[in-house]
Amino acid sequence: MAEKEIDSVTGVETTGHVWDGDLKELNKPLPKWWLYMIYASIVWAIGYWIIYPTWPTLNGYTKGVLGYSQRGAVSKEIADAKASQAQYFEKIAATPLADIEKDPELLAFVMAGGAAVFGDKCGPCHGKGGAGAVGYPNLNDDDWLWGGTHEAIEYTITHGIRSGNAETRDMAMPRFGLDGILKPAEIADTAQFVLSLSGTSSDPAAVARGAKIFAENCAACHGEDGKGNQDVGAPNLSDGIWLYGGRLADVEKSIETGRGGVMPSWGGRLDPVTIKMLAAYVHSLGGGK
Amino acid sequence: MNSISRASDMSVGSHPMEAYIGRKKVYPKLARGFFRNVKWAVMFVTLGVYYALPWFRWDRGPNLPDQAFLLDFANQRLFFGPIEIWAQELYYITGILILSSLGLFLVTAVAGRMWCGYTCPQTVWTDLMIVVERFWQGDRNARLRLDNSRWTFEKIWKKGGTHISWLLIALATGGALVFYFRDAPTLAHELVTGEAPAIAYAFLGIFTGTTYLLGGIAREQVCIYMCPWPRIQAAMFDRDSLLITYRDYRGEPRGPHKKGQTWEGRGDCIDCKACVVVCPMGIDIRDGSQLECIQCALCIDACNDIMHKVGRPQGLIAYDTFRNVDAPVTGERTKVRAIRPRTLLYSGLMVLVAGIMLVAWLNRAVLEVSVLQDRNPIFVQLSDGSLRNGFTVKILNKQHHERSFHLGIAGIEGSKLSIVGFGDANAKIDVAPDDLRALKMHVTVPSAQRALLRGASTPFRLEVIDAEDGSTMYHDLTFRGPDR
Repeated sequence: MAEKEIDSVTGVETTGHVWDGDLKELNKPLPKWWLYMIYASIVWAIGYWIIYPTWPTLNGYTKGVLGYSQRGAVSKEIADAKASQAQYFEKIAATPLADIEKDPELLAFVMAGGAAVFGDKCGPCHGKGGAGAVGYPNLNDDDWLWGGTHEAIEYTITHGIRSGNAETRDMAMPRFGLDGILKPAEIADTAQFVLSLSGTSSDPAAVARGAKIFAENCAACHGEDGKGNQDVGAPNLSDGIWLYGGRLADVEKSIETGRGGVMPSWGGRLDPVTIKMLAAYVHSLGGGK
Repeated sequence: MNSISRASDMSVGSHPMEAYIGRKKVYPKLARGFFRNVKWAVMFVTLGVYYALPWFRWDRGPNLPDQAFLLDFANQRLFFGPIEIWAQELYYITGILILSSLGLFLVTAVAGRMWCGYTCPQTVWTDLMIVVERFWQGDRNARLRLDNSRWTFEKIWKKGGTHISWLLIALATGGALVFYFRDAPTLAHELVTGEAPAIAYAFLGIFTGTTYLLGGIAREQVCIYMCPWPRIQAAMFDRDSLLITYRDYRGEPRGPHKKGQTWEGRGDCIDCKACVVVCPMGIDIRDGSQLECIQCALCIDACNDIMHKVGRPQGLIAYDTFRNVDAPVTGERTKVRAIRPRTLLYSGLMVLVAGIMLVAWLNRAVLEVSVLQDRNPIFVQLSDGSLRNGFTVKILNKQHHERSFHLGIAGIEGSKLSIVGFGDANAKIDVAPDDLRALKMHVTVPSAQRALLRGASTPFRLEVIDAEDGSTMYHDLTFRGPDR
């Protein structure tokens, strides 16, 4: 096969390869510029080495003349986003909390921004949408332990509940059972009375006995009618909304142990304007007063 | 296995094959005739449309751009005269692309590479670049002479003029392209004063470069080596497609012919190569249908001119079908069958897609309401025993003026509606022109009405009432509550 073989049908030179006895391949060469483009790509790649970070070194990497880094690019994007949000934060700072929702543009910003911060900071306990769980209040309803006004919500977020913060909301219910203040039978009677406030008790005799104990031990904070007192964080016991469960055993356990959940203080961890935004958002969830 | 190893054995010691070939420069001669005139007209119209379109105005009111054709990526809108397409409606563009490809299939099945030969930007711009080349350097023979001559002042002047003209055309082309993406008069001013966005200059540069390179320098190389379409459309030809064809039954045997000699016993082809020299792809159509042929029909013009001169009938090279060319041998009927299963299929699909698009367009909503129900919590019980559901309502106003709405609910007696940020549940909700407004809505069923609820889910209806004309849009929703 020293000389060129020409295919008789097409008149085109073959590659000289033969398969299965008679199967041949026509030689269809690439244009030269195609080859030159590969060389050009190699040169282009060298340009990349010079301009962008490329090679690892013993204690770092070649930075490239542009000084580009992905981390830097992200930082810049975050800074740009912050800068574009700044006008809204300024406006939030300057607007009284209760008036924020009157400005549609600001309300839209607060709803979106508040939801993002809420999801990050509050969602782990209260749920992504503030639905709460046993021991963690539902923030969508109108039953507030410490008050549901704009200011009360902002205060609670800033200082927390039993958080150790100097100005925290702090009031503990006595551990009636654990500290031996009430006997188990008395606790059971009291629990029956408490359930009767929302019409779910099952034992009229126990309710009658419990009423007396309630008046002596509980009414100071929860009120004689059991409607609670937000100044001291005493929940309304008559509305059928239960933080620790509304079955007899749940209520007995609450009386026995005193419960007393903890919420961290966010003042100092979040800036005041973010807390204000968060307060407006929580208020907008539907239970705000 | 055995045969393969034999094959590799054979490649050892065989002659060195050319793996790469140099380019053979093509010097197309100017053709004159019917198809050349058609191509001039197509060039004039297509380039005219391309360069002029961004400058047409279309009044859309005070809040919207007044450019008739604008691809407004910044605001995620496409404007085509009275038609306005939003980002979420991009399927209309998909539909147009599907229609375009089906149209291309149909044309190819009927008459071959009409797209390549007449309207492809690569063909049109190459044609334009050749006009310029011809203006500076003369026709084929003069250009051949110039390329083979030594470098003189005249050669530098002619070559330089050609390339500068190409670059100016390329600049105008790239320039016209960016005008489709931003208000043309504004951008033109910005481009000149240096205030245009960097991306505009970048694309101006890219398209100047590619137009110069592809239309001026690369030309037929693009069609032969870069474009996938020639390979694909071979699947759309069949024996009934009208292709540019050398009628070999008439032309062969070919050979030189002197005036006065008999035409008996020979073909009409006088082997003058007029068809070869006008070919922008540098091929010989007499070799039959080939991948390189863009079917621009210039060889038809060239050959008809010669046939006229030698006194033979026109159409030695013509639009014809494989079936017709074989007819003298096979004796088949020679009528051109434009209507056949393949073309019916392509046309049918086109009608179908166009119909679907038309129906979708006529039913296109200028107001869209979407409602998202809260999931955490699904429902809330309030202190007084009433139940509440939360919803996020999004109202999209696609009209060019502000619209106002009232929200209402129906279906659960005694239920109440409230909207965050609106003291009055019946308040007028303004939605800016071409804008989306999101609202947080609460629906409360008082404890007295809880008996009306059908357990975990009760259907009800949201009414979005246009405050001006009272027209109402309904949205069916579900009120969630505890299981009974």
